[in-house]
Formats: sequence, structure tokens, C-alpha cells
Amino acid sequence: MTGPSIGYIALVIAALAGVPLLTASNVVLNFLVVALLIALVGQGWNVLGGYGGQYSFGHAAFFGTGAYVTAILQMRYGVNAWIAFVLGIAGGALTGAVIGALTFRSGLRGSYFALVTLAFAEVLRILASVAPITGAGVGILITLDLRPQAFQFQSRAPFYWIILSLVAISLIIVRVIEQSRFGAWLVAVRENEDAAKAVGVDTAGVKLVAMTISAAITAGGGGFYAQYFLFIDSGIAYGPWISVEALLAPIVGGIGTVFGPLLGALVVKTLGELTKLVTGDAPGLDLVIYGSVLIVIVAFAPHGIAGLLADLRVRFARLRSSVPEGAHD
Amino acid sequence: MLSPVILVPAVLNGLLTGAVYGLVALGLTLIYGVLHIINFAHGALLTAAMFAAFFAHRLLGLDPYVAALVLTPLFFALGYCLQRFVIGPAAHGQDRNILLVTLGLAVVIENVLLYAFGADTRTLNLDYAFNVVDLGIAFLAVPRVIAFGVVLVIAVVLWLILSLTDTGKAIRAVAKEKLGAELSGIDVGHIYAVTFGLGTACLAIAACLLIPTYYVNPHIGNAFVLIAFTIVVLGGMGSVTGALFGGLFIGVVESLCGLYLGESLGQIGIFAMFILVLLLRPSGLFGERA
Repeated sequence: MTGPSIGYIALVIAALAGVPLLTASNVVLNFLVVALLIALVGQGWNVLGGYGGQYSFGHAAFFGTGAYVTAILQMRYGVNAWIAFVLGIAGGALTGAVIGALTFRSGLRGSYFALVTLAFAEVLRILASVAPITGAGVGILITLDLRPQAFQFQSRAPFYWIILSLVAISLIIVRVIEQSRFGAWLVAVRENEDAAKAVGVDTAGVKLVAMTISAAITAGGGGFYAQYFLFIDSGIAYGPWISVEALLAPIVGGIGTVFGPLLGALVVKTLGELTKLVTGDAPGLDLVIYGSVLIVIVAFAPHGIAGLLADLRVRFARLRSSVPEGAHD
Repeated sequence: MLSPVILVPAVLNGLLTGAVYGLVALGLTLIYGVLHIINFAHGALLTAAMFAAFFAHRLLGLDPYVAALVLTPLFFALGYCLQRFVIGPAAHGQDRNILLVTLGLAVVIENVLLYAFGADTRTLNLDYAFNVVDLGIAFLAVPRVIAFGVVLVIAVVLWLILSLTDTGKAIRAVAKEKLGAELSGIDVGHIYAVTFGLGTACLAIAACLLIPTYYVNPHIGNAFVLIAFTIVVLGGMGSVTGALFGGLFIGVVESLCGLYLGESLGQIGIFAMFILVLLLRPSGLFGERA
């Protein structure tokens, strides 16, 4: 597998890092922050779904845990925001490890895995909507405290650079996984789990590690969400919307590729914004678009935009070398 | 302990509710048994059917039981077309893709309804909705008793279709051995679509049975479909009788949980049971097929 080099990742991140220097527009930065947030959450899903072939329909479980741990530790126990954020990631990873241990030990695959992850996310959502510590139906408001040591900033640019760094870290993690022996095992599990097991891959262990990493990355997105918007409730943190966006970004961008989730998140969020421009802020309509995009991509571009681009490149190369159509097939 | 005066009506009402759960699960299990996919759009399609039944009464003045005669073939056609022209072609023969496509369909259907009708909860006010039959030990709502009877009839009809008609035999053949069925001249694509249509038609009937005593909003299907998933897993994926008895069982469990634990915890009870069933019965039924 030939992924992008670390230098290429650095180049892309450096180019994106320059954006706040070019524009101070809150609209642009806000759009990019949200898109990068989805890219991060989607990268989490991509580790497990894209490389491991385990399609989770309940990544909200990790996003929400990251968000709630970050918010609860600060507001209820007076923990520093940055420490709370790190512990939120740890909490998400732990949730992933526990759910993974339960499901993979039971041998749940495919549809069943999707179902059971969905059910776990829903259970957490219902619990969060009644438990006093999560603020029950009211949710949690993080008190305004615009100091960097409280993980809050006057302007959007620092938030932008932080989420960009998180995305950069996730890109590097995925890139390292892709090149590692562990990554090869993971892909083997995706392609044919029984065969992987037969040649001695500890498939349950590999999936468990992948799920833990995946959950940690997604939980980072949740914690960031809490700090950026300063409010969460059970519908936001554990709601199905984030489970859908988590899988939409990598699938649209290119499932099982390093840049897929970033590419997909930018495209999907752009589509969402365009819909809002055309129709106003109608409830549900952006999700209608997302659902349709999901179906269209699966139907016509199973490898996402990255796949389409690779296709184009091949065709272009063929044209240039004027090899007759189909000579390579 | 509660006295029989409370317990018996709770059990009977649980059975009545459970019958409709069973019908929803029947559609799901039928589709799973033949296509070997979990249809994540099942709940959204149920919601759509409930809206259809609601507006058939509101706008056209059709009684839900009459509307069922129209909506059932309509939803059969809808299901047929969805499988034939959307899910089938989009899936490229991969189970993972089918998961995503049905999830996409669910998101689209649910949010189109949300966009069109808003998040409000609506109810029909039918004059017979509050009629009851007195069994001596319990009062039972007439629409729910009718629902129970209709579900039993539907189950028998479905069983007859599957065991006696040529299409039914073809469906069973495809469920057992897809390649063999294809080799003996069965149009598998057509049979898949027919099965999907039958599963969707079950939802239209369930919707018409529910709407006299229940409410409808764009997310209502989710509540039912999770219960249906539980039933299907409990009753054995693909088993028609399993779905029916599983439905009755879950109906009673839910009714008793609500009695002992209260409403919101009862909801968690269903989820907890679902996860437990999935985790504790992994081999055989679940392990072999993705």
C-alpha cells in the first residue's frame, strides 16, 4: 500500500494553517473548524471502519463520552480544561475498549456489529438524558472563561489551529498504522477475517486495538466540540447525527485512505452550507442531502472522491501514453 | 407482588402490543432471511407508512382499516422498487454497502418527513379509539384487539404464500441456496425485490393497525424498529414464527417492565435486553454470517 508521505501531510497541514492569516472572517473560520472537527471524528471511524472493515453505526458513543467527560470534570470537579480534555479522550478510548471487548469476544460482525454499536450509543443517550451528573434533559453549559489555560479563546483562529493540529496528529496516526504490521493485520481482517485468523492473526485483539484507537480519536472531537460550543446535551453528544457524519466523511472522501475523512468532511460540509444558502435553515434538509450523498457515493463511487481522483489519474496517464482502452485490464 | 387484578390486564395488553411488534419484526426477519441483510430503513419506512395512514384519514377521510387495503399494495410496490432500483444496484453485491445504503435511506426518509411535517407529534381522533371490550378481569381497547386478530391472519396468509405459491417457493429457495436457485432459472433480483416488498407491506399494515391508538412523529419508527431488532435476534434471524412469538414475548416483558420500573427505565430495559441477547447468543446464529 502506498499512502501519502509524511512530507505530503505536512504540506497540506501547513497550507491549511495559513488560512487564518488570509482571512479574519468568522464565517469562514467557523465553517473550517466544524469541517475539521468532522474530519477528526471521521478519521476515528476510518481507523476501524475503513481499515478494519468494521462498520460502526454508533460512534456517537465515543464522541459523546469525550464531550461529557471534558465538560463534567470541569464543571462538577473543577478540573483544568486541558486535563479534562485529555481525560475525555482517555474516557472515550476506555468506552471503545469496553464495547469492543464485549462485541468482538461475542464474535459480532457485519450487520450485528453495526446494530450493537448503534444500541450502545442509544443506551448512553438515554442514560445521559436522565442522569443528574450529565445535567439530564437540560444539558451542561461550560462557564465562559476566555483564557488559553481554560481552553477558551477570544478569537476563532486559536481554535482553528488546535483542531487542525488534532487532525494533523490523526493523519499521522493513520499514516503510521497504514505502514505498520498492525495495519496489515487490520486490512487482512477487513478483506477476509477467517483467512486472517487461519494464518495466525489475533483478529479479536487487532479489532479491539483498532476500536480503542478509533474511539480515542473520535472522543477528541467530542471534547473539542464541548470547548468550542461550550454546551452539550444528550441529543448533541450521543445523538445519531454524529454517528452518521462520522461514517459519511470517510466514505465520501475515500474509505480506508489517509486523506479520505478530511476530503470528505470538507466536501460534505460545503454541500451542507450550500443547501442552507438555497433553502434557509430548514430542519432536516441537510440530513436529507447527507443521506442522498451516502447512497450516491456507495452506488457510483465506492472508493469515494479519492477513488475517483485515482481513476482520473489512471485514465489521464493512459491517454497520454496512448495505450488503447482496456489494454491493461 | 402485584395482585392478578393488575397483572392480568398488563399481560393481556402486552400481548396485544406484542402482536404489532411481531408484525414489524416479521417484515424485518423476512428480508433478513432471504437477502441476509439488516434493513436499517425499516423504522423509517414504518414512520412513512404511519404518516400515510394518518393523512389518508385527515385528507381523504379514509378509515385506517380501509386505508390498509390501499397502502399495503402501495408499500409493497415501494419496497419492491427500493430494492430493485436503489438498494440492489447500489450495493454491488457487498453486505457492507447494503448496510450503508439502507442507513442512507433511513436518514433521507426520516428527514424528508421532518422537513415536510415538522417535529410535531400528531394523533388521530377516531370515535371508536376508546371503545373497550370487557373480559371480566380486564378491559381491552377494541382497536388493539382488532390489531391482534389481523396480525394473526397476516401471519397465516404469509405462511400460505411462502409454502403454497410458486413465488413463495422461489423465495424459500433463494433463502436456502441463492446460487442453486439462480441456476434453476429463478430471477434472484426479482425475488429479492418481492421479499423486500412483502417486508415493507407488513409495515403498511402495522402502521394502519397502530395509528388508531398511537401517535406519529418523524422519529416514531426508531422506537419500534429497535424492539423489532430485539425480537428478530431473539426469535432467530429469518424465522417467521420466531418473530411472532418473540413479538408477543417482548410485548409482555415491556408491559411488565413498565409496571415495575416506570416508563423511562422500561425503555432502557429493551435496549439492555437487546445488547444482552446480541452478546450472549453469539455463536451459530450470529457468528457464521456477517
